[in-house]
Amino acid sequence: MIVFQKPKALADVPMHYCPGCTHGIIHRLVAEVIDELGIEGRTIGIAPVGCSVMAYDYFNCDMIEAAHGRAPAVATGVKRADPENHIVFTYQGDGDLASIGMAETVHAAARNENITVIFINNAIYGMTGGQMAPTSLPGQVTQTSPYGRDVKLCGYPVKVCEMLSELEGPEYLERVTVNNVKNVKNAKKAIKKAFQNQVEGKGFSLVEVLSSCPTNWGMTPQKALQWIDEKMIPYYPLGVYKDRSGSAEVSK
Amino acid sequence: MAKLSFRTDLCKGCGLCVDACPKKVLRLATDKINKKGHHPVEAADEAACIGCAFCATMCPDCIIQVER
Repeated sequence: MIVFQKPKALADVPMHYCPGCTHGIIHRLVAEVIDELGIEGRTIGIAPVGCSVMAYDYFNCDMIEAAHGRAPAVATGVKRADPENHIVFTYQGDGDLASIGMAETVHAAARNENITVIFINNAIYGMTGGQMAPTSLPGQVTQTSPYGRDVKLCGYPVKVCEMLSELEGPEYLERVTVNNVKNVKNAKKAIKKAFQNQVEGKGFSLVEVLSSCPTNWGMTPQKALQWIDEKMIPYYPLGVYKDRSGSAEVSK
Repeated sequence: MAKLSFRTDLCKGCGLCVDACPKKVLRLATDKINKKGHHPVEAADEAACIGCAFCATMCPDCIIQVER
C-alpha cells in the first residue's frame, strides 16, 4: 500500500527552488488539498511575482500570472466571472502580498471576496537576492540592512494576520508554519479549510505560512528551520486569527 | 516491511528528510553525485524503516515515495 506519493495536482517537473526551501512543501500541500477535494478541473491558481513566480509550471490546474502584487485583484475577476464553478487561489510571497500588493490584499479581504490566499512569509525578498522585506524582523541582517533592521529608520514588520483580523470582511485567517512534521500536518489542515470555505461559499480565507529561506538567511536548511522556531514564531505567533463560522474562537 | 523509492535525480541534497527520520534510515550519499550536482539521499538501512513517511512529508521536492 502506498502511504505517500506525489499528489496528482503537482506537475512532474523539477522545481527551481534552492535546496531546503520550504516553498516545495507548501506547493505539495496545496496540491494534496486540490486532490482531496477533487477540484483540480475547476481550480484556477494565480501566481505572484517573487521566488514562486514560476508556480504556474508546478501545478496541473489552470494558472494565471498576475502583475506584481495584483494576484487578489486578478483572483477577484476570475472568481466573479463564474462564481459557481471557479475555485480560485492565489499563492503569494511577502514581498508580493505585504509590500506592493498590500492594497489589493486588504481590499479583497475587506470585500470578503470568496477566494483562497496562500501567503508565504519568509521575512526577506528571496528572488532579488535577500533584501529587507516589510516582514523582516527587527535586528534581522539582510542585504539592505547589514547592521540589522533598525526599527527607528525602517519601521516595524507588518503582521498581516493580525492586521486583517481587525476587518469585518475576512472569513478565515490562520498562521501556520512548515518547519517540522507536526507543523506541516497542521499547515495542511489550515490550507484545506481555506479551500473548503471557498467551496462552501463562505468567503475570504488567508493562510499565512512561515517559510524558510536558507540561501538568503545564510544558513543551512536545518538551521533555517530552527530559526523559524527561535526567531520567527515568537514575533509571528501561530494560530487562528479569525474564523467567523468555526467553533474554535481566536486561539493565539 | 516498508519500501522507499527516490526520484534521485530531483534530489537537491538539503537533508531535511535525513533529520526528519526517527529511525535514522536515511543519509546523503557523499560518494555519488546526481544530475543536478548534489549528493542525493539514499536509504542506508531500509530494513529499519517503519513507513512513517516523515521523510516524504519534509521533502521540499517530493522525491520520496513510501509503501508499507
